[in-house]
Amino acid sequence: MSINVLMPALSPTMEEGKLAKWLKKAGDRVKSGDVLAEIETDKATMEVEAVDEGVIAQILVPEGTENVKVNTPIAVIAAEGEDASAAPVQKQAGAAPAAAKSTAAPAAPVAAAPPDAEIPAGTKMMTMTVREALRDAMAEEMRRDGDVFVMGEEVAEYQGAYKVTQGLLQEFGAKRVIDTPITEHGFAGIAVGAGMAGLKPIVEFMTFNFAMQAIDQIVNSAAKTLYMSGGQMGCPIVFRGPNGAAARVGAQHSQDFTSWYSNIPGLKVVAPYSAADAKGLLKSAIRDPNPIIFLENEIMYGQSFEVPEIEDYLVPIGKAKTVRPGKDVSIITWSIGVRYAMNAAVELEKEGIDVEIIDLRTIRPMDLEAILTSVKKTGRCVTIEEGYPQSGVGAEIAAQVMTGAFDYLDAPVVRVTGKDVPMPYAANLEKLALPSIPEVVAAVKSVLYR
Amino acid sequence: MPATRAAPAVKAARKPAAEATPNLPVTPPAVFSREEELESYRMMLLIRRFEEKSGQMYGMGLIGGFCHLYIGQEAIVTGVQMASKDGDAVITGYRDHGHMLALGMDAKGVLAELTGRRGGLSKGKGGSMHMFSREQHFYGGNGIVGAQVSLGTGLAFANRYRGNDNVSLTYFGDGAANQGQVYESFNMAELWKLPVVYIIENNRYAMGTAVTRASAQTDFSRRGISFNIPGEQVDGMDVRAVKAAADKAIAWCRAGNGPYILEMQTYRYRGHSMSDPAKYRTREEVQKVRDESDPIEMVRSRILDKKFATEDDLKKIDGDVRNIVNEAAEFATNDPEPDASELYTDILI
Repeated sequence: MSINVLMPALSPTMEEGKLAKWLKKAGDRVKSGDVLAEIETDKATMEVEAVDEGVIAQILVPEGTENVKVNTPIAVIAAEGEDASAAPVQKQAGAAPAAAKSTAAPAAPVAAAPPDAEIPAGTKMMTMTVREALRDAMAEEMRRDGDVFVMGEEVAEYQGAYKVTQGLLQEFGAKRVIDTPITEHGFAGIAVGAGMAGLKPIVEFMTFNFAMQAIDQIVNSAAKTLYMSGGQMGCPIVFRGPNGAAARVGAQHSQDFTSWYSNIPGLKVVAPYSAADAKGLLKSAIRDPNPIIFLENEIMYGQSFEVPEIEDYLVPIGKAKTVRPGKDVSIITWSIGVRYAMNAAVELEKEGIDVEIIDLRTIRPMDLEAILTSVKKTGRCVTIEEGYPQSGVGAEIAAQVMTGAFDYLDAPVVRVTGKDVPMPYAANLEKLALPSIPEVVAAVKSVLYR
Repeated sequence: MPATRAAPAVKAARKPAAEATPNLPVTPPAVFSREEELESYRMMLLIRRFEEKSGQMYGMGLIGGFCHLYIGQEAIVTGVQMASKDGDAVITGYRDHGHMLALGMDAKGVLAELTGRRGGLSKGKGGSMHMFSREQHFYGGNGIVGAQVSLGTGLAFANRYRGNDNVSLTYFGDGAANQGQVYESFNMAELWKLPVVYIIENNRYAMGTAVTRASAQTDFSRRGISFNIPGEQVDGMDVRAVKAAADKAIAWCRAGNGPYILEMQTYRYRGHSMSDPAKYRTREEVQKVRDESDPIEMVRSRILDKKFATEDDLKKIDGDVRNIVNEAAEFATNDPEPDASELYTDILI
């Protein structure tokens, strides 16, 4: 009985990877624990070990192959006594994990956005991932200003838990790229103190779920001191890291904290969607003299977008962007919410519904002018966020729209949010707990009374 | 009042010195010159009179909210400040008035902040617990117990990053010493050899809880042992002992050896805050400390014994101090409240 070796999923969000290197070849005898191959994910290069014993009958995916989907058979092992050369490629068995994987939202199209008014016509563009854009933003600002440094868990020697700080240690050294112990409360406080003393720290939280340990220093020390000191003692600091749900990591690692931070005067809260905005906004955040909460999304890290090849590409904080102009309904969202909106827009277009999508990009200060201008035009508004409904950002937008555009509204504002439950682990339940494209489609139709 | 003290009440619960200090011997008190004795006397008196006035004004309703007085603990900030140099950063908790005065911050501005007036150091927007000074490198004035320990470690981080020889003088109490972030900070401070002197002002009560009811290890000088941070216990009622210990600790930090812990054994005469009835200790206990180890009376006795000054000279200092405090009180009483337009300023830069 021959056994298929499948392309493994090596992280919660991995959907495909590169088969970097085979360490065994056809005809080699392997036993459980032997390293078969090296797989390069977007985060790391990992070794794949054999689980079964036998002889490698066939290598199905040659080394150097990119974008090998998880669960694709990559080799065949013939069991003891079997004719290795004759072992057939088996029909893929044990497909449950593959099915679970496929429940992840479809990959975003590579920045199929309309011409961007912020980018001069004729600008040369390059394709890069959100991850690379964030890294480049930090590297550029660190080159520009010696007071900028980055600290956090695994940011230096490990090259970043999500590889966002890849290469920074090599370029800037251990003085400016600092691995911390696992002590969020303590190192957030140290960074705030360093910020008060005039340095410009970038604090990476491995996820914002862990920043709950540090939220006292963020809110009570970083956000409030300028006010409490009568304007004397500011704190130029960026707290950044992935926020919200990744995939199948359970309740304690999946919370969206956007509304928590958006509630606090003295903070600015930024949550980009595209790689270009991630880069331009992070550079602006590092230069900003105020404490900034910079919310990233793990699922977006590996997504590619067109980024302008402009030296010092800055995107202003506090400015929303119309990512899809339309006339029927305004969808107000940000971060990964833009992806739900873009995909829903494609569905809705088929039914003759033309939505306008506003990417807030900054949650605090909120670009109310952009929201109200759009809603006054369409008369209808849907918000999308992965966070909880009660006291969520959508609730704030609804209140602002009611106050600022009441006479223009043709329907109540409808919110699409994460469900009011701790994030479940089971794939089907997790899918239900998050917003979905059908929910967005239904919400848009509901405000159109269709 | 005797010129020299035998076993002051503050020391009663203390372990023998040899056991109390894991790495280093207890530093003998400094020998003060005439100028040093008079300087410390004047500063401690200023803090005490200022705090007495604050208490009085609180009682009159001129100061609101929380108001934590430093009476009894004056020798600590006075002695440490005498050992520091310009450029060293200072940060403390909410019992902060004395620190600001010792740093030379304007008494009028401090008291006007307590009364919430526009001439206050934070324009009336901070209050008793929240004042700062870029010029004096004073980073507050922090209301969250223990938060200043991580922040102060960050000030040391900044000094090390910049490669200067300034140190961070980070004050906190015996209560704050039990917070988790203190130990996270100790770990990183020693790991990265940050120049921070942790000054634990052990006044024996965290609000109403005696140290023995809250702390498994009541010898706070030993709290850094598992991080290899040296520490020592200091008689925090004797400004000379404070100065000598601070000299040693600061030199240790300046030389790049990493952090140092000083446990200052002290006592606060007043309640935790103005609204504290202080039912957790007896009047006799307080009176005993006042009688036997008052930091100001000790200096005063030494000055007179050594004939560094006459009673009349000291009376003149008393008068000068009272004038400063009275002028501050007058300013803090008559200065207008902040303009309503200040409500929305200083939120972001």
